[in-house]
Amino acid sequence: MKEVVILSGKGGTGKTSIVGSFAALAQSKVLADCDVDAADLHLLLSPSIKEENEFWSGQVAFIDEEKCTQCGLCQDVCRFDAIDDFRVNPISCEGCGFCSHICPVEAITMKESLSGHWFISDTKYGHLVHARLGIAQENSGKLVALVRQHAKQIAERDGLGYIISDGPPGIGCPVISSLSGANLALLVTEPTLSGIHDLERVLGVCHHFGIIALICINKYDLNEDNTRQIEYYCRNQGVGIAAKIPFDNAVTEAIVQGLPVVEYSQGKVTHEIESLWQRITRTLGR
Amino acid sequence: MIISVASGKGGTGKTLVATSLALSLKERDNVQLLDCDVEEPNDHVFMKPTITHSEAVSIPVPSVDEEKCTHCGKCGEVCAYNAIAVTRQKVLVFPDLCHGCGACSYLCPERAISEAANEIGVIETGNADGVEFIHGKLDIGQAMAPPIIRQVKEHASHEGTVIIDVSPGTSCPVVEAVKDSDFCLLVTEPTPFGLNDLVLAVETVKELHIPCGIVLNRVGVGDRKVEEYCQKENIPILLTIPLDTEIAGFYSRGVPLVEGLPQWKSSFLELFDKIGEIVNERSSDTER
Repeated sequence: MKEVVILSGKGGTGKTSIVGSFAALAQSKVLADCDVDAADLHLLLSPSIKEENEFWSGQVAFIDEEKCTQCGLCQDVCRFDAIDDFRVNPISCEGCGFCSHICPVEAITMKESLSGHWFISDTKYGHLVHARLGIAQENSGKLVALVRQHAKQIAERDGLGYIISDGPPGIGCPVISSLSGANLALLVTEPTLSGIHDLERVLGVCHHFGIIALICINKYDLNEDNTRQIEYYCRNQGVGIAAKIPFDNAVTEAIVQGLPVVEYSQGKVTHEIESLWQRITRTLGR
Repeated sequence: MIISVASGKGGTGKTLVATSLALSLKERDNVQLLDCDVEEPNDHVFMKPTITHSEAVSIPVPSVDEEKCTHCGKCGEVCAYNAIAVTRQKVLVFPDLCHGCGACSYLCPERAISEAANEIGVIETGNADGVEFIHGKLDIGQAMAPPIIRQVKEHASHEGTVIIDVSPGTSCPVVEAVKDSDFCLLVTEPTPFGLNDLVLAVETVKELHIPCGIVLNRVGVGDRKVEEYCQKENIPILLTIPLDTEIAGFYSRGVPLVEGLPQWKSSFLELFDKIGEIVNERSSDTER
């Protein structure tokens, strides 16, 4: 079983449209949506939820007003400025528990917080594991790890060949959690200076964790000078360009229809994504 | 006034809006632009600032004096992040997991733990064409963005206008960047993805009790559901930007919209005035 994660650094370069298309193209796979704080893959795959689970994670301090003597020690030691006027601001609290350990009258307890939900769903393309982080919650990295773990279990149980993960933007905690131990990262970029800058950083993360990366330049014809710059950069880095996908309004039209673009259009975009998936399976097969 | 620019979905045009708003306002007011998308900061690509100062951001992580340590295990017990583990012979510290809360060093009965700085990123300050510019950059391979965002925001001025560019999503880096703003602009696009993530972003700013308004970008693609949602929820659409190859072209070359197409400046000034009205109305409501 091989796991491929689709990342981009910069948001909005087309990760989800590509993953949705892979869902339609790939045989023998499970899908994982690792963008747990702004998940969109379900909008293309129309899942029916088979299993819903709560995600309890992280703790928040709670001060018992009856016991509290207002000595202020908790406020002094908290490095996250989460305690003000002997009350805890749950949004700032990072759950370290320092205050609960030092409170001289044991007025502070740590409470588990419900940080989100995760789901196992059926789609016409196979199983999808996805999640929804609670509003303004922490620990997205842990929720990503949980999504991947269950996708892997399904793949092992059903003897599937691929785990295809839609990753989050950025390079921080949830990205690292999506990436670590994957067999391949497909980095989707666009020919804008921001796209190039962000590609360099996310490629750095792949190198840091020793993950093989392939590049896809999406909407490559919007600025061919920048596309050439990306090609030059990738050559220097020894990273392969697996596809150059042209701009086409059909991609957005497919999103509006709630369909993977390869099921909506028979144009050049579809053709390119098909050969991109073949290229990925060849790379993984080696 | 502090205005944060967030979105839920990535790639909807936060950077375009934040930079153009800053550049339009600078003739009227002192303007600071804080790029708090510390994982993928892009404002500098457009603003081309002259950086005059740079400072490291670090987290205080435990450093154990093995001579004093009795391997009692207290530090491991109190650490909520599994960043310190005690074996019979040795104490293991995992700096990448540490949040720097300081509990282990304070609670060590032998006073064997001091704190050492673990660098996770950098903050650069400078000037870009009359706009005071500050951004943070998370080091490659580091996981924790919020401490860098906090430190960028320490540079926020109490006078003039502060514009904060926020990372996509709705989790802790977004909350850290948006909280304490007077207003949050949410930039979205008229597609099902844009709507889905906008709803999440609206819920997040509501949780933080911050008023918000919408910039609808790339109008002309997609559908009308974002507009219907905004109308139903009574969220004002303060600016619309069409899907336009000329605008996309300037963006791709790192040219701010109001520099490529100066006629947009008045639209951004109007946007700012509308925000000012909403914030003023709200503060007079609270006074009453």
